[in-house]
Amino acid sequence: MPDPVSFASVALPHLDAAYSLARWLTGSRDEAEDVVQEAMLRALTYYPSFRGGNARAWVLQIVRNAAYGALKLKRGLKLVPLGAEVDGGAPIEPVDPGDDPEAALLRARERNELERLLDTLPIELREALVLRELQELSYREIAEVTEAPIGTVMSRLWRARRMLVAAAQRGERR
Amino acid sequence: MTDCDKLLLVQAEFDGELDAAEAAGIAAHRAACPICQAGWTTLAAARTALRDGSLREEMRPEFRRALERPFETALPAARPRPRWWREAASFAVGAALAASLALTLRPAVEPGLLAALVDDHVRALQPGHLTDVVSTDRHTVKPWFDGKLDFAPPVKDMAAAGFPLLGGRLDYLAGRPVAALAYAAGKHPINLFVWPQPGTGSTAPELAARNGFTVIHWSDDGMALWAVSDLERDRLEAFVAAWRSAP
Repeated sequence: MPDPVSFASVALPHLDAAYSLARWLTGSRDEAEDVVQEAMLRALTYYPSFRGGNARAWVLQIVRNAAYGALKLKRGLKLVPLGAEVDGGAPIEPVDPGDDPEAALLRARERNELERLLDTLPIELREALVLRELQELSYREIAEVTEAPIGTVMSRLWRARRMLVAAAQRGERR
Repeated sequence: MTDCDKLLLVQAEFDGELDAAEAAGIAAHRAACPICQAGWTTLAAARTALRDGSLREEMRPEFRRALERPFETALPAARPRPRWWREAASFAVGAALAASLALTLRPAVEPGLLAALVDDHVRALQPGHLTDVVSTDRHTVKPWFDGKLDFAPPVKDMAAAGFPLLGGRLDYLAGRPVAALAYAAGKHPINLFVWPQPGTGSTAPELAARNGFTVIHWSDDGMALWAVSDLERDRLEAFVAAWRSAP
């Protein structure tokens, strides 16, 4: 039986981060609660094998796995082809300089579209972006949580940011 | 113009992942590369939009309680120590420093309460946490508290003194629901916590410091007021003086 005191002090400080990641991975607040609950149970179970180190990354990795499990179960989500597409050999596209990115995003936010734009990003791009911009994790921590090499994290982050801006700019032209 | 193989390095610079020498090198490249300049604009735009707080997701309080409760009720002795307990030593240092600066540090200020105030202030600085009702108009903020609290907090317009009102929110401190008013002093937020304290009348401002934050406590007409900010002491004192003289 893991020591509940030390588990609580390791895991509970990261509940907000856990919930935020779960919400942005599942796209739903209800599912996020299920995922966080499942993740905390798993964390308690795995806790004896936690070797110290970065508690937040450890918790978020469990949350991520629980979220992917829930998504696979409920939607038959295909994760592999997307990863190949996302991380494949395509060049790192520069941005379209034709439109002011900040203005486009600002107007998307005014239309309350920002949340939807983020939700429409491919999940592997979205999670990198959420971990970086909302949780302010370092590349190394994101790599740990998402079990991807740092180079992949960098490439996903760039694509996520560019796609978000491009989607906001496209929204303008409709 | 199609591509630049340094875009990911520019991004790493943006994300603070480079050491100083690498960052300087890539910044020099960026200054001469329109592709990387456009890339930087994209990075900054995405960050501004994502971090403004509108995407902040709040856990339902009942859900949080449900997750935390097992560690409290089933194991009463097993509660994680409050953060202030661990930081009691740094509080003592802060108190000694405050005293040596000839501040009026009231020993009666419970370290627990001081810690709770500062913690709450820090928590409120997270994106989207500062205000539940966003308004610079006190006639919007004050009625917002109606029915949410068993007292009517004083809400003052301080824009003329250079401290515009940002909004208000409900918090739970000192074992009761309290009003928190958010003001700005330039880029520094000030949280003003208010709750009734019958029988205190009015007391002069007293100052405390904790973990780099300044806290000023006073009472007006039976209301306890606590201003918390990372402002310099002088500026927070000016805020308090302006508040007390404002209509």
